[in-house]
Amino acid sequence: MDLFEHQAKELFAEYGIPVPRGVVAHTVEEARAAAEQLTGRVVVKAQVKTGGRGKAGGVKVADDAADAEQKATGILGMDIKGHTVHKVLVEEASAIAEEYYFSFLLDRANRTFLAICSASGGMDIEEVAHTAPEKVAQIPVSPLTGVDRARGREIAQAGGLPEAALDGAADIIEKLWAVFVDEDATLVEVNPMILTQDGQVKALDGKVTLDDNASFRQTEHEGYADKAAEDPLEARAKEKDLNYVKLDGSVGIIGNGAGLVMSTLDVVAYAGEQFGGQRPANFLDIGGGASAEVMANGLEIVLSDPSVKSVFVNVFGGITACDAVANGIVSAFKLLSERGEAVTHPLVVRLDGNNATLGRQILSDAGLPRVELVDTMDEAAKRAAELAAVGA
Amino acid sequence: MAIWLTENSKIIVQGITGSEGSKHTRRMLKAGAKVVGGTNPRKAGTTVDFDGVGLPVFATVAEAMEGTGADVSVIFVPPAFTKAAVLEAVDAEIPLAVVITEGVPVHDTTEFWAYSISKGAKTRIIGPNCPGIASPGASNAGIIPADITSAGRIGLVSKSGTLTYQLMYELRDIGFSTAVGIGGDPVIGTTHIDALEAFQNDPGTDAIVMIGEIGGDAEERAAAYIEQHVTKPVVAYVAGFTAPEGKTMGHAGAIVSGSAGTAQAKKEALEKVGVRVGKTPSETARLMREVMRSL
Repeated sequence: MDLFEHQAKELFAEYGIPVPRGVVAHTVEEARAAAEQLTGRVVVKAQVKTGGRGKAGGVKVADDAADAEQKATGILGMDIKGHTVHKVLVEEASAIAEEYYFSFLLDRANRTFLAICSASGGMDIEEVAHTAPEKVAQIPVSPLTGVDRARGREIAQAGGLPEAALDGAADIIEKLWAVFVDEDATLVEVNPMILTQDGQVKALDGKVTLDDNASFRQTEHEGYADKAAEDPLEARAKEKDLNYVKLDGSVGIIGNGAGLVMSTLDVVAYAGEQFGGQRPANFLDIGGGASAEVMANGLEIVLSDPSVKSVFVNVFGGITACDAVANGIVSAFKLLSERGEAVTHPLVVRLDGNNATLGRQILSDAGLPRVELVDTMDEAAKRAAELAAVGA
Repeated sequence: MAIWLTENSKIIVQGITGSEGSKHTRRMLKAGAKVVGGTNPRKAGTTVDFDGVGLPVFATVAEAMEGTGADVSVIFVPPAFTKAAVLEAVDAEIPLAVVITEGVPVHDTTEFWAYSISKGAKTRIIGPNCPGIASPGASNAGIIPADITSAGRIGLVSKSGTLTYQLMYELRDIGFSTAVGIGGDPVIGTTHIDALEAFQNDPGTDAIVMIGEIGGDAEERAAAYIEQHVTKPVVAYVAGFTAPEGKTMGHAGAIVSGSAGTAQAKKEALEKVGVRVGKTPSETARLMREVMRSL
């Protein structure tokens, strides 16, 4: 889960990392009030979970409260790379002398953590990393030894930070390591980390990604969830513990196992090219067990997406054999009709693996309306795309 | 022949008394694997019955190894206890630890990996979040269904469980030496490259199927390794061509941010070094059939 800048900074502040004073505003009136409270020059910053806000015009300096209100009017509601701005952070303006870059992140390829530090921070860090990589220090950090203040100072030095900034930077780096470890983050990034004209080092921006797998021991992270931005179907699926992602096509997809479902999306998209560009409507992994109830919940979610015209159920019977899966589908139909949500869309089912023949027999014997059995994944994808194209 | 897991492998299960642990111990035994015991510190000294086979429960991996001669551990403990379980296996220097558990925090995985390296990497770690390893007809360590395929001379390495099963099933008449599910997490113990190296050196393997998916650059690095070191034919499949950017698709590793890690980039990297890449799992199976026929 990615945090908003203001959430990242609130977290930084809890760990004693210096950040500018700021107030979150959801309306222009709130933005004006925030600027009045902060007094003096302020910066109005769009709160969206994407980079390039500055270049998109989502960050503006305002001279006073009236100006802040005007700047907020321009920024609230703006679209930045597909993200609508619903709130701004109004922050006291900083007298910047220099801008640096710092981050801790997971280095997948080397299976360790990495500190990245550069004296050339700011909006063009990616460009610097590309054209002058020697200016961007990349230092592996072992989870066994971690980062203390002395190590933080070495990292800051390696990044080319000037003497005047080293103590302040070392302090921030040590505390960012604590954020990274104690909060189970996979990224903490400060760009820019600034040296102010009066010699202080501060985190002027903050980007934090938290590991969802750690939620069992980071229960307070739930409070960071951005309920407003969540797709309503995804939210409902989450309540039922279903692994569902809404996509933009017309063929509903249900399968078992993340890899197989991802592969199903591909196969449906290829097949859909022959039928006016039909595409998958969702990703839904019902997992290995595939009980009747899970199947029913899955079908219910997929069918309540109005853009779905046909459904492709693609199951490989491994540990759970196909006869059990077939019984699950039959019971799911029964459950849904009892709930008053009888299935009216065409359903293409492909069962393969253990007891596939028996599974198919169970389904054909059940005589479910609008269910078609197809033997192979490729043929079934084609049929589902075709049915979606004729508008079902 | 097989890699890492043979008919002589003696397996213990960490978490043998838990619901997943006991369910899959029963399955592994049925598949002919030599499961010889398990661990649970609170039930040490007891015996668990599996359809007439009594397996001893030990307090620690070290004691279980001493008591049974085990050389493989399959870990089924919940995410909160997985790090401790792996550290214990590493301390006991068991040659192979297969971590099935899904949902392990990446800080824990990174830590147990670093710990294993600091101890001289005496334990091969497979996973976490993986289906395990199966050498059909010989042994089975994990949750891969045993009866969907047969013994043969194809080696398989995959990030995804069900895609592994799909390919094993489609090629069941030709059969497999070993199938390794390495897991889809951002940090994993055994990589595609480790498996490619082992299959290249295994006299019982003639050709290799590699299954990847979007995210990270493991497939690109595997391609570079194949170019330098693998002379056996490799056929590959990559899932996630149509996955939208920035959306996680179940596996923590299957997320695309920016251009790196896309299925297209992986496919191109593999094809550049002569690997044939199937567009669908079925086409991948067809390509492998052609390869096996031509050998």
